[in-house]
Amino acid sequence: MTALARHRVAIGIAAIVLVLLGGGGFVAWTVAKRDDARASAAPPVQGGLLFVDLESYDGQVDQVALADPGGKRTPTALRCQRVYVAAGTTVCLRLAGIGPSYEAAVLDADGEVLRTVALPGTPSRARVSQSGKVVSWTTFVTGDSYSVPGGFSTRTGVLDLASGTLVESLETFRSTVGGQVMTAADINFWGVTVAQDDRTFYATMATAGRTWLMKGDLVARTMADVRQTAECPSLSPDGTKVAYKKRTSRTGPWRLAVADLRTNAETVIEGTTGIDDQATWLDGDTLAYAATNGDEKRSSIYEVRADGSTAPKVLITAAASPVPVR
Amino acid sequence: MYLASARTTPVEAAGGTGVTGKVPGTVVALGAVSLLTDVSAEMVTAFMPVYVLYVLQLGYVQFGLLDGLYSGATVLLRLVGGHLGDRLGKYRAVALAGYGISALSKLLFPFAGASTAAIGAVVATDRAGKGLRTAPRDALISLATPAPVLGRAFGLHRAMDTFGAMLGPLVTFLIMIQLGADPSLVFGVSFCFALVGVIVLVTFVPGPPRTAVAAPRPEIRWRDGLHLLRGKRFRGASVAATVLGFATISDAFVFVVLQKTAGVPTSLLPLLPLGTALVFLLAALPLGRVADRFGRWRMFAVGHVALLGVYALLVLGGRGIAVVCLVLLLHGLFYAATDGVLMAHGAELVPESIRASGLAILQTGQAVARLLSSVLFGVLLTFLDMRWAVLVAAVALLAALGTALVLTGRGRTGADAEVAA
Repeated sequence: MTALARHRVAIGIAAIVLVLLGGGGFVAWTVAKRDDARASAAPPVQGGLLFVDLESYDGQVDQVALADPGGKRTPTALRCQRVYVAAGTTVCLRLAGIGPSYEAAVLDADGEVLRTVALPGTPSRARVSQSGKVVSWTTFVTGDSYSVPGGFSTRTGVLDLASGTLVESLETFRSTVGGQVMTAADINFWGVTVAQDDRTFYATMATAGRTWLMKGDLVARTMADVRQTAECPSLSPDGTKVAYKKRTSRTGPWRLAVADLRTNAETVIEGTTGIDDQATWLDGDTLAYAATNGDEKRSSIYEVRADGSTAPKVLITAAASPVPVR
Repeated sequence: MYLASARTTPVEAAGGTGVTGKVPGTVVALGAVSLLTDVSAEMVTAFMPVYVLYVLQLGYVQFGLLDGLYSGATVLLRLVGGHLGDRLGKYRAVALAGYGISALSKLLFPFAGASTAAIGAVVATDRAGKGLRTAPRDALISLATPAPVLGRAFGLHRAMDTFGAMLGPLVTFLIMIQLGADPSLVFGVSFCFALVGVIVLVTFVPGPPRTAVAAPRPEIRWRDGLHLLRGKRFRGASVAATVLGFATISDAFVFVVLQKTAGVPTSLLPLLPLGTALVFLLAALPLGRVADRFGRWRMFAVGHVALLGVYALLVLGGRGIAVVCLVLLLHGLFYAATDGVLMAHGAELVPESIRASGLAILQTGQAVARLLSSVLFGVLLTFLDMRWAVLVAAVALLAALGTALVLTGRGRTGADAEVAA
């Protein structure tokens, strides 16, 4: 027997101890090298642009002045994977425990938590209606098993703060395409945007590999199709236009498009390839969205005019989930 | 003719690692390797949606498609792993290569950047390692264990394996909550778990006994594995496992349908897999012991009856938390009664010289059938209501069970198994 074989167990245990020490050291070093010199948190202010800072990995929500997006980043007290603010109401989709679990936390203008709703999966989209009264979100539910081929589905919830009514999933609504009620079990919904009346809404419906822009009624609990191949709608502040991402081919990348709801005319905006976001309106003519381009490791926030008259420009790098504070 | 079960002396002597409750130390060590490797793998699986959606801000749809494609392709690598193990006579070395590839894949993620294709390729590398190691690992378990306690040994191994799979997501969420969703931390810690698993394999699982290496080995060819299918009992078991695989809908579908029909909050959905895993974990060893006495093939069939119970409850559409618990109990028992038990049964039908190839054939038929069935079930869901789709699956399962019993001869157990070699 060689010395190696004789001391096999001792060498093995020593190697395990080394790996544990090395791993522990790596974790400590990674955490220690982070720049933790965060200034004291400031609440969101009018004219600010909130976003999730992707540099920090902990969902730090920062704020810049919309007039000067390249300027100073001020941290807020929020830590979210997805965030949206309107009329003083904030929705923050965040981790809630090692369960594994997530929650949608709804906060008032003072940062007090009004309500939390447990979520079934990884946060994807979040919205608050212009009045601040209706909150919605979308999560991705994935199979936790080795053996699920590409298994995923989405759950989209809507919470009416005025009545306290919670819709856990839009699947419970009556949905029609061309007048036909949809009953297939593989239907998924995502990306809600609610109109000024806090009752009308738009959302994406998908089944059998196709998507539709749906127009719905939160009171009657119904939805009907508006047009095909449109995802993650976002209503303009005056409610006349809707921006959405549109697949250019069946599995190709998305581009940003804007449709006029009165004339149904669609404008696909050039240069927006790489978008994967529910766009947000900065004002009546300008959109902001997150996109990952080329070999970037993290998405950046872009700004583009809704009529497509200018090329998109980068507002903030390594960031996602843009939302203007107004 | 070759009497596969003629070997009544335990091969446990190989490593002299002792016996724990009649299950050889080698099996406990392999269980520990699987536990650590599954913590590592399931850490990554749980992190993937966060990584793709939040850190990289990519669409999950393409990733899901790629992932499905790769996991299908790598199923076939099990056959390669089994064949290599037999041909080289080095099960531990082939298993080590598989575990090593999976461990190293964790270090490749940072290089994949935000390219969906590259991330998919890294995940595929991990799966390739899993495909390669499974059959030689199960062959090691079967060769280290005396025939009368094979069910118990595989039960213990699967219980440890499942425990690791349950821990993985918890470790990931603990890191994300305490330290942030930092990919380098999650992949780094995952790599460490996998590396410790590899060290445990090298240290505590004995390699082939030296005499066996020196002895001339018959050369093993691809067709030797296929010739196994000429044996009536092995062919019967393989075809039956495959047919039953066709009628097995994937876990994700079971959980989604259950959440809806039982009308429990959607936020319970992420916890449902934990229920199945917990039952599997607790029942694998006891059911393995029962299978050793009662007959392994019978236990395998009974497990599918439990699955039929799952389908029946879903079709009946009972509501409430009690129904959820009952379904998860039956679903966990289904795994506990079938997963390791099939390998224990297979081990008695395949001669030692081509043990890994034989086990690989048995698993691959079942795995490919399950993949196809989940695709087909997905298609069913595009035009059928969920309960009707489950009813179709239930009828298919009933037919498959009937076919399986006819193919293998009702209730015949393998204590005196014979196969043509």
